[in-house]
Amino acid sequence: MFDKMQVQAEALDSILIELAKNDKRIVTLSADMADRIIPKFARVYRDRFFNYGIAEQGMMGTAAGLALLGFIPFVTTLCCFLSMKTCEQIRTDIAYTNLNVKIFGMGGGLMYGTLGATHQGLEDISLMRGITNLAVMAPADYVETVHAVYSAVKHKGPVYIRVGRGNVPTIYPQGNIEEFEIGKAIKLHDGDDVALIATGVMVAKALMATEELKKKGISTSVYSMHTIKPLDEEAILEAASTKYGIVTLEDNMISGGMGEAISAILSNKKPTHIKIIGIPNIYPIIGSPEQLYDYYGMSPRSIVKSAMGMISN
Amino acid sequence: MNVGPINSIISDLEVRAKEMRREMVRMVQIAGSGHLAPALSCADIVTALYFKVLKTNPRDPKDEDRDRFLLSAGHKCLALYVALAMAGYFPMEALNTFLQFGSTLGGHPDSSKIPGVEISTGALGHGLPIGVGMGLGGKLLKKDYKIYVLLGDGEVSEGSNWEAASAASHFKLDNLIGIIDRNGLCADGSISEVMNVEPLVDKWSAFGWETREIDGHNMQQIVSILENVPVKNDKPTMIIANTIKGKGVSFMENRYEWHNKVPTPEQFEVAFRELA
Repeated sequence: MFDKMQVQAEALDSILIELAKNDKRIVTLSADMADRIIPKFARVYRDRFFNYGIAEQGMMGTAAGLALLGFIPFVTTLCCFLSMKTCEQIRTDIAYTNLNVKIFGMGGGLMYGTLGATHQGLEDISLMRGITNLAVMAPADYVETVHAVYSAVKHKGPVYIRVGRGNVPTIYPQGNIEEFEIGKAIKLHDGDDVALIATGVMVAKALMATEELKKKGISTSVYSMHTIKPLDEEAILEAASTKYGIVTLEDNMISGGMGEAISAILSNKKPTHIKIIGIPNIYPIIGSPEQLYDYYGMSPRSIVKSAMGMISN
Repeated sequence: MNVGPINSIISDLEVRAKEMRREMVRMVQIAGSGHLAPALSCADIVTALYFKVLKTNPRDPKDEDRDRFLLSAGHKCLALYVALAMAGYFPMEALNTFLQFGSTLGGHPDSSKIPGVEISTGALGHGLPIGVGMGLGGKLLKKDYKIYVLLGDGEVSEGSNWEAASAASHFKLDNLIGIIDRNGLCADGSISEVMNVEPLVDKWSAFGWETREIDGHNMQQIVSILENVPVKNDKPTMIIANTIKGKGVSFMENRYEWHNKVPTPEQFEVAFRELA
């Protein structure tokens, strides 16, 4: 269904190189992961890239120090290390004083399936969502990542962006999104029966499920919730007006994730039947991402099943 | 050699440090709480910084060319608050609100609320990495200001300090100066018994820092080292200041139990008498 596959991290590398030309505030840091995330920036702007070695806490505090001087530091490594090793630095050094640090994590969810739970970004959405002042984003593909990076630079304050790993399907083949704004969901498909609200790499799976559901005569709305905090309440309430309810999709533990955040909004404002699809609060077995998505009920096939279950209920 | 003027500067600072200590005791008396003994430990160093060493301007706290002081051991904030008020960053009367409902002056410094506080601290092990960022940024911007970070010796156990220690020497940050307030005590007892951090001089030297040991209550020694940093070009400096927790109040001195204990009314009287 998708003709093009692209690497989301490459969007960061290219956009930062472009922006850094005229914006001296942009600097980058990595903890021995630059070669996998920002290899070009590290070579082109040697004096504005700091490899901190395998020392994430020190790196995050150092980013805070740079932001205090007016720089816009982009801190990059894998989601798991960024969100857990440096959780206190993100909260206390950066978010507490609303510093302009941008945190870019690669390998969200099950993308590092074969490396095991140590390297999987299973909880970053839950953890980062709990930090006041921090915007949390999970762009769906290369194109959304481009927009997320531009928006993060414009946004005053800290932003956490998590992406997949390696090639992921490009869902905007035209290469551009007309309106992209932090905190504003993108409606990708219109339908009356069920709404699918997805974030990150799950958006492509939601679109694939939509095709299958269409064949079964079920019409779905699909939203890309690229910003998990602040959540787009308006889009959620609109989604809640579908006939049978909402399925939420995220590549993160269900505990504390986007689905629970959406449930909290709906239970306050418009109680709605909701099914949360995510990693079912277990440490995953070893497998390729696709094998694991299938195994844990997160594949397009499982999404179709959930939507149908919602209707038959 | 005429050493008169220098001696008078030192004795003025000593008088100022005693005044700071009295004010800190008074604040804890009003508030009924506060980390007094840890703040008394670093009072001489903080006095020397704010009234002799730092190039800062209380009328323009955000002056981009200013020196930066980071109190990594945020619980010692009594010393910082009094120094900032005395230096003119905010009115002395504000000190009376310490720990009161809605006060800007809480038990750990909040940079979004208090003029002159560079960054909020309190969680230990955070000041030095932030200082490394300021050091890197200062070099990029080609500024010649210095960044001073005050750490407690118990705090040195935090691993993040050692990440920053490697980075500072790797990036040749001679604009970064660490000061360890080495009073030998933490909240649970003596550091050597709770979790030994020694040999500090050897450790920091091994991490590539120019390391100097001083008497942290000898104003002459404090000023003399702080005015002569960096000790070596291209190298960060670590000053290990030997201090006494509770310095100046006899019944608190060298007693870990006073980490955040509040004196009785009678003990306050003794403290004020000794600091008169």
